[in-house]
Amino acid sequence: MKRAFTSLVGAVVEAWQELRVHRTRVLLSLIGVAVAVCSLTTVVALGGIMQQANQELSERQSGRPASLFVSAFSNQGTAIDSATMDATWAETLARYDITYGSRVLQTAQAVPFTTGVVDVQTQAVDQPYGEMHRVRLTEGEWFTADDAAGLAPALVVNQIFWERLGSPELRTHPTVELGAQGGRPGTTAVIVGVYPVSSYETEPAMFMLADQLSAMTAARPSVAVQDPYGGGGSTQYEMWVPPAISEQLMEVVKRDFTSALATPGGGTGGVQVDVYRQDYAQYGDDPFLVTKLVVGGIAVLVLLLGALGLVNIALVTVKQRVREIGIRRSFGATAGRVFFSVMMESVVATIAAGAVGVIASVLLVQNPWTMDLIGQGLVSDFPPFPAEAAVLGLVAATAVGALAGLLPALVAVRVKVIDAIRY
Amino acid sequence: MSLLELRDVTRTVIPPDQPALTILNGVDLTVEAGDRISIVGRSGSGKSTLLNLLGLLDMPTSGLLTFDDRPVKSYSGAARDRVRGAQIGFVFQQFNLLPGRTALENVAMPLLYAEGRSFWRRKKLAADMLEEVGLGNRMHSMPDRLSGGEQQRVAIARSLVRGPRLILADEPTGALDLDTGSSVMQLIDDVATRTGAALVTITHDPAIAARARDHFRLDRGVLTRADSDELAAASEALS
Repeated sequence: MKRAFTSLVGAVVEAWQELRVHRTRVLLSLIGVAVAVCSLTTVVALGGIMQQANQELSERQSGRPASLFVSAFSNQGTAIDSATMDATWAETLARYDITYGSRVLQTAQAVPFTTGVVDVQTQAVDQPYGEMHRVRLTEGEWFTADDAAGLAPALVVNQIFWERLGSPELRTHPTVELGAQGGRPGTTAVIVGVYPVSSYETEPAMFMLADQLSAMTAARPSVAVQDPYGGGGSTQYEMWVPPAISEQLMEVVKRDFTSALATPGGGTGGVQVDVYRQDYAQYGDDPFLVTKLVVGGIAVLVLLLGALGLVNIALVTVKQRVREIGIRRSFGATAGRVFFSVMMESVVATIAAGAVGVIASVLLVQNPWTMDLIGQGLVSDFPPFPAEAAVLGLVAATAVGALAGLLPALVAVRVKVIDAIRY
Repeated sequence: MSLLELRDVTRTVIPPDQPALTILNGVDLTVEAGDRISIVGRSGSGKSTLLNLLGLLDMPTSGLLTFDDRPVKSYSGAARDRVRGAQIGFVFQQFNLLPGRTALENVAMPLLYAEGRSFWRRKKLAADMLEEVGLGNRMHSMPDRLSGGEQQRVAIARSLVRGPRLILADEPTGALDLDTGSSVMQLIDDVATRTGAALVTITHDPAIAARARDHFRLDRGVLTRADSDELAAASEALS
């Protein structure tokens, strides 16, 4: 035990002396390792962040896994009564204890700005929609139960909308007149939240609660305008359910809707009900597999190049150190000790370089400029620097150190002492 | 009890695509504590191979090699390394100091392979040994800042710092001028006498060989006792 401890301390002392004496060479070789580890860690970390960005974008557009969409239409060309649809939807949510369900109706509302009246793209949704689609707010908050009960419709508007109003403080309860046109008063709506826009969005848009839209439209049929974005008309019904039971739910929801929409005389009366998934995970495969493989491939390539450089330098170094190794052997260094020392030198140095590389990578990835560039304002849960990337970087550095040290260490223990001394 | 003994030792190597080559043939040698032995021989006579065997760096092809009356073959590789580190000190022709390390670090180097107090007090022991060889004022000098004689004295301090019972000097004055070589040999002699260590000097210089009490000649792998008078005459002629 004592011998093992003194051997360990001795090997550390030797490794330290080696690093100190050959600091220029060590530094040069380690720069390569640090750069390789930094690249590896950065690529993995950026890959993780981009995946998160893609995932969030997908979830905003198509919902989180598993999002089921329900639609029904008549084969005979007659409209399906929206009140019946709404009632069936509410029953279904209650029957299967589904917390996250929302109607989604694309429409447009005329909103007067100082620059003129604009038909603003409007999504009428239910309160759970915000959670279901990761709606991120920069000001105020998403709809609450109180908003649904309010007399004035609540609005969650986008950044462009808000800025066109002069970016009013939300605690002052700013209002807009929906449908106000040509001196005719509109419906007063209160802005309760503001959501950010991506760089490619240029027009105002907003969310409002579906029930409030219905009430508003019923009271003032003229306020709704045709949706200039091609939406409008039919309501989508969307629920967010555990992926494990989604298949089963699709079947029973379809059955329930078909049954509920059937004509009184029996039969489905030509009603076609579809329940389908649209989220990114609908096909079961990992949708980011290709991204992961590409990112992983690049990372491994970068690391291999770094490792090759290190092995090269380490081998040349050992050749130069043959005499020194011979001298140490002649003074009692065992083959194991020489092997351990050479390995230790390589591993200690690469771990240090790896730590530097990881720190550089964290600074590179976690600075606001990079986050803006990668996130494009779309990532709400900007992930912290992925721990697995940092761990991977350090593990890779250690592995590279061990691998790069292995060959020279094997060469070192094969040194013939007297020949080496006379080398 | 002999410190080191070779009985009918043969060392053969087989070069690739060539017949076996006998480097040492039937070598007999006994080294006792406090002995002063010189071995002279020309280049290619097998001196290095003999040094390898004496330093437990190589094993004989046949014959018996014992250390402290124990066959060296019975030691494991690591045990042999440890015995060498603790019991044998090397002095080389080219000094072989580790570049980039101070004199103190060079002398402390063998103690990195020691255990217990010797390991933990290695700097103090190394400093004391440097004082003993008269280099107390050059402890922190790098080898390239030392003269040849000083470098060899550092090498001697290094070989003695673990208190070896056998000192193997391989052409210890080969890289030194006559006067410096003489003073270095005197130093090795003095330290060996004080510590009771045996000294085996391998050299081609009859003058250095003549300082020993027992003289051997190695010729084409055969070790024979040399005539002291002949050696003294050769030494006289050279000086």
